[in-house]
Amino acid sequence: MLTKFLSGDQPRSRALTAILLMILICLAGAPLLFDGVRPLDTAARICIFIVLVASYDLLLGYAGIVSFAHTMFFGLGAYGVALASTYMGRGFDALIVGSVAGALAAVVLALMIGLFSLRVRAIFFAMITLAVASAVAVLVSQFSGLTGGEDGLTYKIPRVLTSANRMGEFLGTRISGKILNYYLIFFASLALFLLLLRIVNSPFGRVLQAIRENDFRAEAIGYRVVWYRTAATCLSAATAALAGSLFAIWLRYVGPDTTLSFEIMLDILLMVVIGGMGTMYGAVIGATLFIMAQTYLQNLMGVASEATHNLPLLPHLLEPDRWLMWLGILFILSVYFFPTGIVGRLRERGKA
Amino acid sequence: MDLRRANLRAAGHISGTRYVPFERQHPKRRIAESRTMTQTLLQTDGLTVRFGGHVAVDAVSCSFHAGELTAIVGPNGAGKTTYFNLISGQIPASAGRVTLMGEDISRLGVADRCRRGLGRAFQLTNLFPSLSVLENIRLVIQSRQHKGFGLFSMADSHTELTVAAMAILERVRLDNQKDLLVSELSHGDQRKLEVALMIGLDPMVYMFDEPTAGMSVDEAPVILDLIAEIKADRERTVLLVEHKMDVIRTLADRIIVLHNGALAADGDPETVMASDVVQEAYMGKELDHV
Repeated sequence: MLTKFLSGDQPRSRALTAILLMILICLAGAPLLFDGVRPLDTAARICIFIVLVASYDLLLGYAGIVSFAHTMFFGLGAYGVALASTYMGRGFDALIVGSVAGALAAVVLALMIGLFSLRVRAIFFAMITLAVASAVAVLVSQFSGLTGGEDGLTYKIPRVLTSANRMGEFLGTRISGKILNYYLIFFASLALFLLLLRIVNSPFGRVLQAIRENDFRAEAIGYRVVWYRTAATCLSAATAALAGSLFAIWLRYVGPDTTLSFEIMLDILLMVVIGGMGTMYGAVIGATLFIMAQTYLQNLMGVASEATHNLPLLPHLLEPDRWLMWLGILFILSVYFFPTGIVGRLRERGKA
Repeated sequence: MDLRRANLRAAGHISGTRYVPFERQHPKRRIAESRTMTQTLLQTDGLTVRFGGHVAVDAVSCSFHAGELTAIVGPNGAGKTTYFNLISGQIPASAGRVTLMGEDISRLGVADRCRRGLGRAFQLTNLFPSLSVLENIRLVIQSRQHKGFGLFSMADSHTELTVAAMAILERVRLDNQKDLLVSELSHGDQRKLEVALMIGLDPMVYMFDEPTAGMSVDEAPVILDLIAEIKADRERTVLLVEHKMDVIRTLADRIIVLHNGALAADGDPETVMASDVVQEAYMGKELDHV
C-alpha cells in the first residue's frame, strides 16, 4: 500500500525516512502544532516549493535538462489564478479556471520551446528558456493594464478560505478558513508530489534517466529523444504552474517579484542541488531547509548576536542584516560536503 | 543451444505474461518473414557521405539477405564504421538510399530506423552506466514494446519486462550481475551486455562493430557463440565489422571489402580473401591484424 503510494521508491535510508516523516508530520500538523501566522505561512510556502522544486528535479535530475524558465511556468499558474479571480470575481470556479488555464498555457509554451530548441544542443535550450523567461517577465511588468505591472494584482479568494470564516475551536486552536486554505495547499501539494514520484518511477521516468545517461544510445535503441524531452518539459511546466496557482491562492497577491523573478529561479536551483538531484526526496529536504533558513536565519542570528555581545567581532559577524552572507556560506559548505545532495549522502551512508 | 534460443523466443510466454514478439507487432515484418530466405532485408544504393572535400563513403551499393552473416573488412579509415553510421542514421548521407525490408528509410531518424528493425551495436561500449544491468535490458525491451510513454504505472510492476530481460541475461550469462551498475562491470561483461541489448531489441538487421574488441581470449567465444546463434536464426541478417581473421573465417558467409570508402570486393570468403584487391588493400597493409 505504502509502496504503491511511493511508487516503489522508498527513501532507502533510515535517517532519511526519519527526516521525511518529521517534515511530513510538521507540515500536516502545522496549524495545530505552531501558533501564529508566520509558521503557518512558512509551512504553506514549504509545501508549495516542494512541488515546485520536485517538478524542476524531474527536468534537471531525471531528464538532465537545464532550464531557466521554471519560474515563468510558476508565474503563469499564479497569474492564471490572479487574473481569473480578478476578472471572474471571487469564487472556486475562478480558482479552477485560473489553475487549468495557467497549466495549459505553461504546457503550450513548454511545447513550443521544447520542439524548437530541444533537438539542438543542451546549451541552446538553456539559453532559449532564459530568453523566453526574461521576455515574459518584461511583458508582465509592461502590460500593467492587465497584470498590474510591477505592483502586481491583489484579488479576493472564496470567503470560505479566508480568516473571516470562523469554524469554532479544535484542541485549543481556532479553526478558520485560513487553516482550511492551508489544508487545501497541503493536500494538493502532497498529491502533486506523489504524482511526480510516480512519474519518475514509471517506464517513462526510466526512459528519461536513460536519456540523461546516454541520449545517443537511447535514440539508438528506439526512443525518440526529442519527444521524451519535450514531454518531460511539458509535465514539469504544468506541475510548476499548478504550484504557482497554489501560491496565488495562498498569498492572495501576485507580482513579478514573488513569482517571476530570476532570484526564485536561483533559489529553486539551490534547493534541488542541496537536497540532491534526481531523487525527488531531495526536493522535500532542499525546500524545507532553504525556506526555514530564509525565514528564520535572521531571527536566529539576532539571538546569536545578542548572546555574543561582549565578545569581539562575533556580534558584528552575526548581525541579523548579514543573514544573506551566512546563507551563502551555508550553501557553499553544503555543496562542498554533500556533492550528491543531502539525500545522496544519506543513501550512501545507508549503503556503507 | 536450441533450448536456449527457444527459451529466448518464448521469453514472454514464460508464466503467461503479455509479451508480444516484435514481429507480431509490425505487419511489415510478418510479410518479410513469410517470404523466402534469400529475402533482401537491407539494401544501400549509392550510399555516399562527404565531409568537406573528403569522401568517406563512396557510392556503396550492396544488399544484405536473410540468414546471412556479412563481414565488412578493410584497413583502418576505410569507412566501415561510417558506413554503419549511415545505415543506422547517426550521420545523414550526402547521397544515396538505405532500404530496409522494401521501405526507404533514408530520411528517418535513428530511433525510427531502430523501431523498424535495425539494431546497431557500437564499437566503443555505449551503455547506460549508472543504471543497473537489468534496467539496461529492460529499457530495450520496453522500447521494443512501445511502453516508454507509460506515465502512471510503476516501472517495476511490469513483470513481463523483467521476465524477458532475465531470460536474455541468462543467455549471455550476466544473470548473476543483474543488480550491479553497468559502470561496475568489467569491460568484457560490458561487451556482453552490449550484445544482450541487441538480442533484447531483436531486430531484423543486426549490426555489430567489432564486438570482441578489447576482450580476453576466454571471454570472446561467448560473444561469438551468441552471434552464431543469431545467424542460425535464418530470418535475420547480420553485418559484422571485424578485424580478426579467425572470427571472420568461422562466422562469415560473405565478405565485403571497403577501401577508401568504396566497395572493393564482395563475395564468399575464400574468393574474397584470395582476390588481389584484398591481398593488396587489406592483407598487405594490415598483416599485423591477422
